[in-house]
Amino acid sequence: MALPSYATPVQRTYYYLYLFFCAVVFFFLIAPLFAIIPISFSVSPFMVFTEGMLAWPPDPEAWSTRWYKNMIGDCSADVVSSTVPCSTKWMKGTVNSFYIGIIATFIATALGTLAALGLSRPHMPYKGLIMAILISPMIVPLIITAAGMFFFYARINLVYTFTGIILAHVALATPFVVITVTATLVGFDMNMVKAAQSLGAKPMRTFFKVIMPLILPGIISGALFAFITSFDEVVIVMFMASIDQLTIPKQMWAGIRQEISPVILCMATCLVLLSIFLLTTVELLRRRSEKLRGIKAR
Amino acid sequence: MEVTISTAELLTTDGTPLKQSLRKAERRNKLRAFLLVFPLLLFIVVTFVMPIGDMLLRSVDDSQINSVFPNTFNEYKSWDKEADELPPEEVYKSLFFELANGDKRQIGKALTRMNYAKSGWKSLIKKTTREIKKIVKKGEEPVSYKDTFIKINKLWADPTYWYSFNQMVNDRSSIYYWNAIDRTFDEDGDVALQDEKRRMYINTWFRTFKVSIYVTIFCLILGFPVAHLLANLPLRYSNLLMIFVLLPFWTSLLVRTTAWIVMLQQNGVINGILVWLGVISDDGRIQMVYNEAGTLIAMTQILLPFMILPLYSVMRVIPKSHMRAAQNLGAKPAMAFWRVYLPQTIPGISAGGLLVFVLAIGYFITPELVGGKDGKLIGSWIAYHLRTTLNWGLCAALGGILLGIMLIFYWLYNKIVGIDNIKLG
Repeated sequence: MALPSYATPVQRTYYYLYLFFCAVVFFFLIAPLFAIIPISFSVSPFMVFTEGMLAWPPDPEAWSTRWYKNMIGDCSADVVSSTVPCSTKWMKGTVNSFYIGIIATFIATALGTLAALGLSRPHMPYKGLIMAILISPMIVPLIITAAGMFFFYARINLVYTFTGIILAHVALATPFVVITVTATLVGFDMNMVKAAQSLGAKPMRTFFKVIMPLILPGIISGALFAFITSFDEVVIVMFMASIDQLTIPKQMWAGIRQEISPVILCMATCLVLLSIFLLTTVELLRRRSEKLRGIKAR
Repeated sequence: MEVTISTAELLTTDGTPLKQSLRKAERRNKLRAFLLVFPLLLFIVVTFVMPIGDMLLRSVDDSQINSVFPNTFNEYKSWDKEADELPPEEVYKSLFFELANGDKRQIGKALTRMNYAKSGWKSLIKKTTREIKKIVKKGEEPVSYKDTFIKINKLWADPTYWYSFNQMVNDRSSIYYWNAIDRTFDEDGDVALQDEKRRMYINTWFRTFKVSIYVTIFCLILGFPVAHLLANLPLRYSNLLMIFVLLPFWTSLLVRTTAWIVMLQQNGVINGILVWLGVISDDGRIQMVYNEAGTLIAMTQILLPFMILPLYSVMRVIPKSHMRAAQNLGAKPAMAFWRVYLPQTIPGISAGGLLVFVLAIGYFITPELVGGKDGKLIGSWIAYHLRTTLNWGLCAALGGILLGIMLIFYWLYNKIVGIDNIKLG
């Protein structure tokens, strides 16, 4: 929306003020994420921009990758610092996070896609009520969910086990799958299912040969949402995980609470890169899905 | 020629009436749709709804202590507080035997519960039990159980200890809910304010609401122009700028919170820039984190995408010609905005506002990390009782109240926006 050529000087001023305000908000949204990246390469054990980093010409002494080495568990002499502990915890957390995240994603995607298929049928009874129940894990504050699950799972001996955490994460992640896949199914042409069936395909075959390829982008986006939900989840693991189920968020939480160290920022940088990757993938998938379903980009 | 119209029912090829056959097909379709949803529904009910229900039951449950002191509580109920200063002899007698013969672990649990009602119970009962066991060992039978108790410890003659039984004598009790809003039961079993030093939840509830309202307003002020810009730019540019909104949305909450600590701390980025610019002196650095300001700033940034996205989707479909038409008819731009554009964005404002508000009142991670002492919200108390004090009844009651508030807003959101209109990204 450009300014019309007949705009008065006052309108011009307002327009530029408005653009400036928007720029500030965009900066506010994004700046903190990128401010941490340079600090993670600092040589200092404090989470600040040191004078050497800001000096011009840049001082190579002020920069290092020692905290990254620390993060991957390399505790050689040039990495160890008196204030920053060095351990393999971060790597253990990464392995656990992927392990929990991937299993939870598979279960959540399968259950969520099935449910979305059912919910999109015109004959679905009590649709509103069922949808409300299925979405509720996304709406209820995590701290309440965590409290409820902790009490309940403690009774059936599921706290401090991988099973318990995976079950909890699946519950939290399914709403995202249901929402994304349902949205993909909105523009789905049901005549194609009828065509496949009239040509003799059984329901399973219809699903895998006709429906699935068309809604696959939606399913993958839903799966990515599910994965990131589990991967970033901290409140549940805080209460339901022991040291054996240490995940990245749990280790970061401990890091921020106890031992503020630049290693946290190294992991944070990795996570920012991961989210950039996931965001790009989802955006590409969305465009592909719209193309497949014949919806013109808005 | 005569046309005959059959009045007989329409039949399908296999001879059943058409209506019946259609109804049957309809039923089968319904069942099929439901079977697809069933596995997830069952899963969510077992892993999510039941735990929440269990928590709500726990918030009114007081059965443990009632199973430890059944006779004492029974006798206690017959105590006429108007007539006698202290409970009747039978109460002391039943307590004597229940302490002497009770299971040690169960009594220990009950003591923790009693300490929530009045601090001091734990040590009093522990000391008394020791003495009682000695008496039982010697095989003596006290003449007056009441005097024996008072001889062991004179606190047994203090009726305020006895009054605190009021909140424990029932299997199901609402005491935890009253505790969660700084109320307790007085000597007559009526609701009264807690002691001054035990009042801490009302303030936190108020702060939770205050912070949530502020965050919602800030998000609206910051999000409205941005959503407007995104909705009116050509798609090429707006898709690009959308990344600025979506990237924080996709980034881990802990990463964003950490980033704010780095930005706002005393030797952090913002203070550094301000010192460098000469706005503040080096020793006059502003405390922006570990207080309420930190909570507000960080939560606003974290929840801003939830305001921008609904606003954007509403603004996107408002025809641009409306503003031009209004101005053509003589409205000043401000007037045209106020009377024509703004009313059309109300659905977006209410959707975004409710979403941000609802998310804000249940927030826990960010306030806990950047809130310091005076920026914590009610979620922190829930976590504190869950992990540290193990006062699970109170923890469940706080959660129950929060859940109730959430459900009201959730219902409102459903009325205004519709649950199935939630979109992601």
